[in-house]
Amino acid sequence: MAMTMLRRSDLQTLPVSFTLNGKLQELDVEPHELLLDVIRDRLGLTGAKRSCDVQVCGACTLLVDGRPVSACTTLAFEVRGKSVMTIEGLAENGKLHPLQQAFIDHGGFQCGFCTPGMILAAKALLDENPHPTEEELKHFMHGNICRCTGYKKIIESIMAAAANMSEAPQKGS
Amino acid sequence: MLRRFRLEEPTTVAEVAELLGRFGDSAKVYAGGTELLLAMKEGLVHFERLVNVKGVSGLNEVKQNNGEIHIGALCTHHELENSPILKEKLPALVKLEENVANVRVRQVGTLGGNLCFAEPHADPGTLLIALGARLLAEKGGRKREIPAESFFVDAYETSLEADEVLTQIIVPVPAQPAGVCYMKFGYLERPSVGLAVMVNLNTGRTEIDDIRIAVGCAGPAPKRVAEAEALLKGISVDEATRNIAQAGEMSGRASQAISDLHGAQDYKEHIVQVLLKRSFQNALSQCA
Repeated sequence: MAMTMLRRSDLQTLPVSFTLNGKLQELDVEPHELLLDVIRDRLGLTGAKRSCDVQVCGACTLLVDGRPVSACTTLAFEVRGKSVMTIEGLAENGKLHPLQQAFIDHGGFQCGFCTPGMILAAKALLDENPHPTEEELKHFMHGNICRCTGYKKIIESIMAAAANMSEAPQKGS
Repeated sequence: MLRRFRLEEPTTVAEVAELLGRFGDSAKVYAGGTELLLAMKEGLVHFERLVNVKGVSGLNEVKQNNGEIHIGALCTHHELENSPILKEKLPALVKLEENVANVRVRQVGTLGGNLCFAEPHADPGTLLIALGARLLAEKGGRKREIPAESFFVDAYETSLEADEVLTQIIVPVPAQPAGVCYMKFGYLERPSVGLAVMVNLNTGRTEIDDIRIAVGCAGPAPKRVAEAEALLKGISVDEATRNIAQAGEMSGRASQAISDLHGAQDYKEHIVQVLLKRSFQNALSQCA
């Protein structure tokens, strides 16, 4: 493998324009910058967490065009022209999303570290499949790891949110 | 933490091949990045340049052509698990794709990237060998087809030349009556053992006209097990069923299983045998 270093004149920046929680963001990134670092350190939204750093745990889950991705292993330039949602963008006008409310009502979290990723992954699931069976839910969510709850209450929370959302459809949910 | 690199964004296969030829080992193809970026973040490999191939058009479609399925190398696992053509013609591949890693990896990881990175604990290569798939490699004006069974050379090593680009995965639709089954076993994030079987029966459904067996994950690279196939081919279904334990032992040995965190060598070999029995029965049941 070639070991020569890149010269300073080789440094490259890429203009990136995307919407973050509904607001247009325009910034320059270097190719190696990770989406998680840009969102947390440059844009100050710390809901997404760095944990395993290898796409196994789901703590850094964000929605890109509505689909869950691991921000820890996504290059920031990849969101050019796309729509990114973090947990900070989920509540509308101070009103919690039904998933957030269900996690509170059903004790779906303890330490809370995995919760932003859990809720965003669950949102992606319910957007695509509003009435999942428990098996479908477990299959979709198996890449999001919680070390506190034992999952039972997380499953209860998501199933309750699915039921609530079908009773009273929410805008944007 | 990723070290700096330059990004190249070609829009044609010819440009990709030219860049790979020009920059040699200092450049690497980047598609979904689900494997490559992990290795780069760990500092296990570094490349001065990543060649982002996602801007190359026409490589993310699934098409039917003369009894074969052509899968563009840039199709993501998510696209493949939802492909209407695959659901109809290759449901075993759909089932495999539904169970690759997790929903986030499937969202961005590509089939071509999965094959080219040749991580030993990957699912698709094993099934593609059993299906008799061919991989289309291009550079400049030249194209060649590589049988899936000779694509994987070793862990992280394929028979692609340095400036060749994998563009299509070509899978023959199994001749009926046929059954195809991929099974895996593991308790870590990645599988310890993967095993695939394709069975073709005669029209009376009493004889094994043809069978292909491949085993993966246990050793450095997925492998076709011709000696186990020979033990089961051209005989009655009943006779083959009696031979299946012996074929399983052969497959276990052929897997070149190594002892590691995914299990001891003899344990993995045993699992290969169990999975062959189960997937053979499953494939037979599809022929009914």
